[in-house]
Amino acid sequence: MRNTESHEPVASTRPAEGRPRSHRRPDESRHGPGAASTGGLLRELVTHLRHNRNQLRDEWAKRIMEARLLTAMSQDEIVAEATSVYDNYLDAVQTGTLEALQAYARSLSERIIPRGVEIDEVVGIVLLLRDVLARSLFAKYRADVEVLNRVLDAYEPAANRIAITVAVGFVQERERVIREQQEAIRELSTPVLPVRERLLILPIIGLIDRQRARQLTEQLLCAIRTNRARVVVMDITGVPAMDSNVANHLVQTVEASRLLGATVIVTGLSPEIAQTLVTIGVDLRTMNTVGDLQGGIEEAERLLGLEVVPVIEAKPQT
Amino acid sequence: MGERQRAAESAGGFAVSRRSGRLSPDLTQEESISVRSDVDIVVARRRGRELAASLGFGPTDQTLIATAISELTRNIVLYAERGQVVLKALVGQGGKRGIMVVARDHGPGISNVEQALQSGFSTSGGLGLGLPGVRRLTDEFDIASEVGRGTTVTVKKWNR
Amino acid sequence: MAVPILKQGQYLIATIQDALTDADLQQLRDGLVAQVGRHRSRGVIVDITALDVMDSFAVRTVRDIAHMTRLRGAETVIVGMQPEVALSVVQLGLTLEGVHAALDLEEGLAFLDKKANAVRGGRPGG
Repeated sequence: MRNTESHEPVASTRPAEGRPRSHRRPDESRHGPGAASTGGLLRELVTHLRHNRNQLRDEWAKRIMEARLLTAMSQDEIVAEATSVYDNYLDAVQTGTLEALQAYARSLSERIIPRGVEIDEVVGIVLLLRDVLARSLFAKYRADVEVLNRVLDAYEPAANRIAITVAVGFVQERERVIREQQEAIRELSTPVLPVRERLLILPIIGLIDRQRARQLTEQLLCAIRTNRARVVVMDITGVPAMDSNVANHLVQTVEASRLLGATVIVTGLSPEIAQTLVTIGVDLRTMNTVGDLQGGIEEAERLLGLEVVPVIEAKPQT
Repeated sequence: MGERQRAAESAGGFAVSRRSGRLSPDLTQEESISVRSDVDIVVARRRGRELAASLGFGPTDQTLIATAISELTRNIVLYAERGQVVLKALVGQGGKRGIMVVARDHGPGISNVEQALQSGFSTSGGLGLGLPGVRRLTDEFDIASEVGRGTTVTVKKWNR
Repeated sequence: MAVPILKQGQYLIATIQDALTDADLQQLRDGLVAQVGRHRSRGVIVDITALDVMDSFAVRTVRDIAHMTRLRGAETVIVGMQPEVALSVVQLGLTLEGVHAALDLEEGLAFLDKKANAVRGGRPGG
């Protein structure tokens, strides 16, 4: 005999009719006539959880700190993020749709990954939230075991799906960041391109530090030797900024290339970088610079053209 | 083995080869080259390059080290007439390898160290000491000099 | 002489085999200057392919060679500098201003030929 046959939501304060049941009937509560009340049940427990939001959120934040998770963040930050997560969590529980949560999980990950938060922390805090909410539900519905069971039936799958969604979102964001970094590394380490005979193009993209600058120079010098290049077009359009150390290195690269018999044309020099060069004492007139890569290549071809055909003027007949 | 390892570790954290029980390469090695003439400049930098290579430095770093040694040794020849260059292997934090070069002489000393560290090579070919250049080639640089007593320049370079 | 100097037409080619002492370098410089005068050479090639270190003294000597031979009508080109050596030279802060550089002997000769032709072409009635 079932306790409830109506479609009304079960109020926890109503004493159980007849004998309390201690066994669960998952089928009936999910697919049977009680299904509609499961939806109602869900709404009810979400209302309860929203109603107690501040208290439960604080309880959760406390547990997070006790478990020494999110040590990279301050207490205020944890509470702030906890509030957002909590609200999103409940939305997901209520609606059963995960898109909004996925989006939130990705945006959260984007924020916390640079802070050094790891996957075990993320899973940890989500599970702690699940625990805190579950305990709250236990406390509320413990008088009626059958109702409690049905509440848990409604809550648990939702909570588990949420934990998985958040974890997966975090991992996906991590993988995206790693892919981006690999791309950047590839672009930076690429590039000496032998375009045509005696001409090399070196497109530099991104920020360069001292070590990368040194690596680039070594690569370029070796490429000059291997390809017997006479002209190098070094394009720094993709370099947003340069400190004086790296700028110095740029100058050294140009000079070192000259010692191997190659002329370097620098293209894509931004006004900021030009200023940096002037600041470190470079006379830009002594540097071969052209506005853009295309212009640089044309200049390079011109230089190479001159090399190939020696200028021999016919002597004027007198 | 345990005792030996403990002794080695307290001496500076060498990794003991479990196979032979010997340190490899010989990181306790210290080499001293007596400097009297320009012939010794070539000797010093050759030995420096060899030591650097054995410590795992790449070809570019080997050349930078050899060049720094060449400059320092030449300073001894030019200004003090005689002195010595000591080459030593280093083991740093996390087991990283390095090389230390100590160029020591009992020559006239440098009266204005500050100035020597400022001025580089002049394009006119003036005989600067080239110390700023040596500093650029190395990771750590130290100089002690006293007029009438002599000069000691110590440089270190670490293997990345 | 420590470094052999070869005459190839209007050019002198000095190939450095190994590490040179300061005295050897000075001998080379004096030898080149003398021979440029004797043969009225138009160009000097100093091949430093085998040089694994170029310190301030070596740089100064090469600059001197270029300077002094130019006064006698010859252009100097250094060829074969190793990438690591080039890096250490620029890091040391040394400039080889006024000294031409080419990748190797072939490029060096091509450079000298171009220079010679340009001079010849520009001289009226020459």
